[in-house]
Amino acid sequence: MSSVALPAFDNTTDDPTGRAPLTAPGQDFASITETVCRVVERPRPPLGWYVGFAIASAWTGVFFLLVVYLVSTGIGVWGNNVPVAWAFDIVNFVFWIGIGHAGTLISAILFLFRQKWRTSINRAAEAMTIFAVMCAGLFPALHVGRVWLEYWLFPYPNQMALWPNFRSPLVWDVVAVSTYGTVSLLFWYLGMIPDLATLRDRAAGTVRKFLYGLFALGWRGSARQWHRYERAYLLLAALSTPLVLSVHSVVSTDFAVAQLPGWHTTLFPPYFVAGAIFSGFAMVVTLMVPARAYFGLKDLITLRHLENMNKFILATGCMVGYAYALEVFAAWYSGNQYEWFATVNRAVGPYAWCYWTMVFCNVAAPQLFWFKTWRTSPWRMVLVAILVNVGMWMERFVIIVVSLSRDFLPSSWQIYKPTWVDLGMLAGSFGLFFTLFLLFCRYLPMVAMAEVKAVLPQSHGEGH
Amino acid sequence: MIEEPTSTEDKEQAPVVAGLVAEFPSPEALVAAAAKVRDAGYRFWDAHSPFPVHGIERAMGIRPTKLPWLVFAAGGAGAAGALLLQWWTNAVDYPYLVSGKPLFSFPANIPIIFELMVLLSAFAAFGGVLVLNLLPEYRHPAFSVRRFVRATSDGFFISIAASDPKFDAGAARALLESAGAAAIDVCYAPAGVPRLPAGLKWSLAVAGLLALLPPLWIARQRQVPSDTPRLHIIQDMDFQPRYAPQGVGRFFADRRATRPPVPHAVDVGGLQTDSHFHRGQINGQWAATFPIPVDREQMERGRDRYNIYCAPCHGLAGEGDGMTHQRAVTRREPGWVQPRSLHAQNVREQPAGRLFHTITHGLNTMPGYAAQIPAADRWAIVLYVRALQRSQHAALDDVPPELRPALLQESTRP
Repeated sequence: MSSVALPAFDNTTDDPTGRAPLTAPGQDFASITETVCRVVERPRPPLGWYVGFAIASAWTGVFFLLVVYLVSTGIGVWGNNVPVAWAFDIVNFVFWIGIGHAGTLISAILFLFRQKWRTSINRAAEAMTIFAVMCAGLFPALHVGRVWLEYWLFPYPNQMALWPNFRSPLVWDVVAVSTYGTVSLLFWYLGMIPDLATLRDRAAGTVRKFLYGLFALGWRGSARQWHRYERAYLLLAALSTPLVLSVHSVVSTDFAVAQLPGWHTTLFPPYFVAGAIFSGFAMVVTLMVPARAYFGLKDLITLRHLENMNKFILATGCMVGYAYALEVFAAWYSGNQYEWFATVNRAVGPYAWCYWTMVFCNVAAPQLFWFKTWRTSPWRMVLVAILVNVGMWMERFVIIVVSLSRDFLPSSWQIYKPTWVDLGMLAGSFGLFFTLFLLFCRYLPMVAMAEVKAVLPQSHGEGH
Repeated sequence: MIEEPTSTEDKEQAPVVAGLVAEFPSPEALVAAAAKVRDAGYRFWDAHSPFPVHGIERAMGIRPTKLPWLVFAAGGAGAAGALLLQWWTNAVDYPYLVSGKPLFSFPANIPIIFELMVLLSAFAAFGGVLVLNLLPEYRHPAFSVRRFVRATSDGFFISIAASDPKFDAGAARALLESAGAAAIDVCYAPAGVPRLPAGLKWSLAVAGLLALLPPLWIARQRQVPSDTPRLHIIQDMDFQPRYAPQGVGRFFADRRATRPPVPHAVDVGGLQTDSHFHRGQINGQWAATFPIPVDREQMERGRDRYNIYCAPCHGLAGEGDGMTHQRAVTRREPGWVQPRSLHAQNVREQPAGRLFHTITHGLNTMPGYAAQIPAADRWAIVLYVRALQRSQHAALDDVPPELRPALLQESTRP
């Protein structure tokens, strides 16, 4: 169990005489290249990778088999039924799209704020964003039922002489999520070009040399190229920053614009964005703690990186807790009996256990991060992060399903029960996510080498 | 794998010198050397490093890139395009009326404007950096230097191209040495131009032309008129599973697809509690009185409805000689029964309620008119029929005295 041993150095303290180092001592340009490329170049990955990949790809297979079953049979194989017309499909969609937000926050917002510690984790977090958006996009695409008519979502001249209603939040959603996925992919790929060139120049095999070379586009680190590249990177970061805030705000309008008690509130956009970043950071911690241990990246992804993310979890967790309190207050203060009923129904109704699981996981559990031992102990923080992930999934369930199950017409009230297909597709989406992430770990540079090198003390000339 | 060129000509060709590549030990050395090369007046040269080196732009005299303007223009185009798209599609071409809100309202269009602005800006930033950097460029001369692979790991290089007007191999080498180069290599232009096999070229061209056929065919089919229905690739709307009326279904025990009304169900408007008004009966006897006011307005209404619904058979005067009858006689329709004259003795003697009943449910070959004519209008028609009957069977005493002379004069005319 050498991977559990404490690292030899501690950069989690704040010494007022200087900045804490961002990487383990003794790193230079060559050692960073070596550390990161070794993960991809070693002939076989650690055993844990195979075990994880076998499980994840099996669930991916289950997911796509269930997709075939769903599309060929119809939406009725899910448990959705009036009044709960949106259930696991939309819960999973909002959950996954929220996960993605931490990646963009790390790569874009922290870049604009010149937070240099982002360089060690941004690549993996952006990859997580893209895979999460892919998982997210599948659910609304499947939930429309007739997937072969998906092109109706786009404005194209047609013989029906119809156009999409651009004032509908559901259309905003399509545009926002697809823009977000596209821009995240461009940002991720642009950031990876110099590192792909590194892999190309080190590649031994012909196939590797060809493929890495193809995607590295002939990058040769020219100063004139770097100049435009840095400007493009800054522009993409500046574009992604408002974009990421807009995406979950738009998702929240899917609910807030509706008149259903429990949905119809102006609190939703900031509440959703805070929750998205909260859940996303929890997922980054869940992924990075094992990844840095298994792939020998502890010198680059240090405890300080993890601790910083845990501080984000604590801060956004408090925001989410505040939003829960404000939701109750707004329902009471509105004087609207339906709003108040929806709120009370969450806490003491048939789904009360979901509500209290959500409160425990999202509000109580992150409070442990006030203690430094919890912020800096890898396996403890994973425990909290997993609780947060559970809690954030439950939050979407509470908002969507619990509100719908008891709407305006008491004679229509129904308790929603997921079918085995619902549960299989939830697990399958995790399988897809982890499959893609494991493939990423195996074949692409997990740490942005060029960016880490740029923030090393040597790159600025020590002593200046 | 492309095979190595084997002809003797290719082998004998001397490699073309493309320039010099010098390595420097550190980022600081690179910046210092770059300033020297710049001051020497070279134009086609570059510095290479595994990460963007701080201060290299100033040392090399790189001017700020135009990329931000490109991105700004693309963002503006995205925003303007989104605004136009939403305005034209939702307010002009297919006006969407949602809850009586204005057809065009700027705030509701902001999300799409914003998203398309970001999307196009991002495309411009990504595409712009590749185009301005002349990427992809898989065959750069610098790649011919073995140690140059470290430019993407931990090496710092300066390359001077032989195409530079000031290039002189000796002078350039001396300059780089004096600038502190740790090693200097000559780089060569990539040998030969990669050529595709001729067969591949032709088959790609043919495949490209063939690929144009389906879209052209589709475009033609959309324009040319056709007697047969359009081909539907997605046939959701062509096959709609449903049961025919009176058909056999499998959902209910009685296997009837058409469901009978639930016992004691009353359809909308079917609760007919006023026996006089709805059935023309009072205590089981035909009513002789009218449940509607008997006045000029109702009389005019009755004439209007009579002329529409009754006159085609019964005739405008009620003689049973309407245009339908005339036509049937002309055509000698077999089995044609002349419509009843409303002036027949037995019709005149019928109470108003009985006439109402006949209009409602029909009699002999006459169909019922309850589906077409509301009850109040049926009563108005009865009222008008009564007036018609009276017009043919009135005594002189029924006419007001001041009109009698005129009437008598008219009747004696030949």
